[in-house]
Amino acid sequence: MKNRKLLILLSALLLLVLAVVGITGAQDEPMKIAFVYVAPIGDLGWTFMHEQGRMAVVEEFGDAVETAFIENVAEGPDSERVIRNFADDGFDLIITTSFGYMDPTLTVAEEFPDTQFVHISGFLTADNMSNVFGRMYQPRYLSGLVAGSATESNIIGYVAAFPIPEVLRGINAFTLGVREVNPDAEVRVVWTNTWFDPPQEKEAAEALLAAGADVIAQHQDTPEPQKAAADAGGFSISYNSAMLDFVGQSVLTGPVWNWGAKYISIVQEVMDGTYNGSETYWGGLPEGVVDLAPFSELVSEDTIALVEERRAAIEAGEWDVFCGPITGANGNLVLEEGSCLSDGEMLGMSFFVEGVVGEAPEDASDEPIGFPMEEVLPRGDQIGMLGEAMD
Amino acid sequence: MNADLIISILSIALVAGTSLVFATIGEIITERSGILNLGVEGIMIMGAVIGFAAAFHSESAWIGVVVAMLVGGLLGFVHAFLTITLRAEQVVTGLALTIMGTGLASFLGQELGPEGGALVGLTGPRFTEISIPILSEIPIIGPIVFNQDILVYLMYVVVIAATYFLYHTRSGLHLRAIGESPQTADAMGVDVFRLRYLYTIVGGMLIGLGGAHLSLAYTPGWSENLTGGRGWIVIALVIFASWNPWRAVVGALLFGGVNAIQFRMQASSTDIAIPATLLNMMPYLLTVVIAVLTTWMQRFNKLIGAPAALGLPYNREERH
Repeated sequence: MKNRKLLILLSALLLLVLAVVGITGAQDEPMKIAFVYVAPIGDLGWTFMHEQGRMAVVEEFGDAVETAFIENVAEGPDSERVIRNFADDGFDLIITTSFGYMDPTLTVAEEFPDTQFVHISGFLTADNMSNVFGRMYQPRYLSGLVAGSATESNIIGYVAAFPIPEVLRGINAFTLGVREVNPDAEVRVVWTNTWFDPPQEKEAAEALLAAGADVIAQHQDTPEPQKAAADAGGFSISYNSAMLDFVGQSVLTGPVWNWGAKYISIVQEVMDGTYNGSETYWGGLPEGVVDLAPFSELVSEDTIALVEERRAAIEAGEWDVFCGPITGANGNLVLEEGSCLSDGEMLGMSFFVEGVVGEAPEDASDEPIGFPMEEVLPRGDQIGMLGEAMD
Repeated sequence: MNADLIISILSIALVAGTSLVFATIGEIITERSGILNLGVEGIMIMGAVIGFAAAFHSESAWIGVVVAMLVGGLLGFVHAFLTITLRAEQVVTGLALTIMGTGLASFLGQELGPEGGALVGLTGPRFTEISIPILSEIPIIGPIVFNQDILVYLMYVVVIAATYFLYHTRSGLHLRAIGESPQTADAMGVDVFRLRYLYTIVGGMLIGLGGAHLSLAYTPGWSENLTGGRGWIVIALVIFASWNPWRAVVGALLFGGVNAIQFRMQASSTDIAIPATLLNMMPYLLTVVIAVLTTWMQRFNKLIGAPAALGLPYNREERH
């Protein structure tokens, strides 16, 4: 009997404690943000940079946010389970960071209309699901200026993962930069057919170095091509993260992701209730989502000045990388002077520009594409066009 | 193709194949004793991450090698305990070892760095190429065979030693016997349990050494998923090599060299007669052909076949 009394007393006490915790908890409950990653956070590349973005959010908002992430989530049914678990656990904002999470994110977004979802690198949106990506081709072009100035053999190697529009866009933007400062240089592409395989990325870079390349650029997930270039006494242009920190001064510069900039603004807007939950966002250098890594001390002042000049033109919206005249690798004029590629055309890019040597999925067409534009449209209109192109 | 190109391709193939040779010979020794260890991928990656961590903190690449081998041996012991003493299903245990190894390696990669930080992106001690005087000046062979890192030279020793051991010593005969017919070996007075433990551990050590070659010589440093499925290639290579150390070297050169060849063809912008994807498929295709031949042709099977008791737990009390 005595035990039962004690039990009742304890239960009552427990209830009281829970109630108090519940009340105080409700007063300043932090905003809960979840991230779903496709690779381990230690990949030094794509996922590493998203993790940096998450940490930037934590640093900016401190106790006002509570973040969680799950790494190495396979695309497909696994990811849907992970996303739904986060939504079930009451997360307010869920950011899914791989192309293959698009459909699962959409499915879960429809089930949880009060939760905000942000999908990276896709093209679908919903009332509570936005689509966010970055104009990586802009810093790639700038890094091409640096590579073109640095090469002496006039052969630049490019270790590339898969011949898809995103990668082709990067190779082309890079080559346009290279050829602008060095019309004699060529960019040789080796396809690895893998995003992430350190030994293969190294071997591909070594093959390019053996073929006479003295600068190595890449579209892969690890710094192995950079290490191979450094070992052979060459230079390199990195990708994803500032690999100069891991490899040394032979890494001249490189395009980098800077997700923190966008993540912080999304979180702030969601807190304020002003976020456009179904936005389609393709931010570039002006928005700070993409950037150029710090220059190596081996880059000359003249080159840096040229890069800064071009960057200023892009940031001011006066000019963009894929504005004519642009010639295809087969010698046909792809884009006439005075025209610029639309976002839709850039997102579907399937040819090489002049100066690229490698297996392209298809040749540039005989007819120039694009349409005349008197000036580059403001960002918002371009995004409108992007939406149309996707329909 | 000129001579320089051939030399550079073979030289890359050799160093790219070295981690495969170590691990394949390790697996051959284990499988010859009748134990199938599908944990190669997990053991390799654990050897790579812990080997690199040990080398980084001790500032000695050799200590990294020793630690990687100890880790490999320890995981081999785990496999031996589960499959020999507890008679667990070997395939399942091996797969579990791989899944655990890859996950644990990712975790350790984030913890074993300086002050409990990440190992990713750090540079530590590494083995660099040492060219052997006189020998490295032999035309063609010299620059390929005698201008490599020291672990490649160690690989030559391991291949010769393993071959000698397997085919020319009494202990090697016992090893082959316990994998072919453990009852007969037992009746001969060979301690099947003890030897199976021993060779699973030795195999694990060599697999760990293969991982260490990746993180200490070939692609120095640690990054997640460094082995990139090479452990599975090893499983295929053992069949390809038909449990013979020399054929393992040929297979590893082929598996390691295929990428070097197709990358170089792309880089030198020659017109490629064979598509890269087809070239990449060749070693696996050959493995399938050999696997088919071994099951299809009785005589062929006798010539190169798998150890008869491979994958079967040995129980003294049972009649087989």
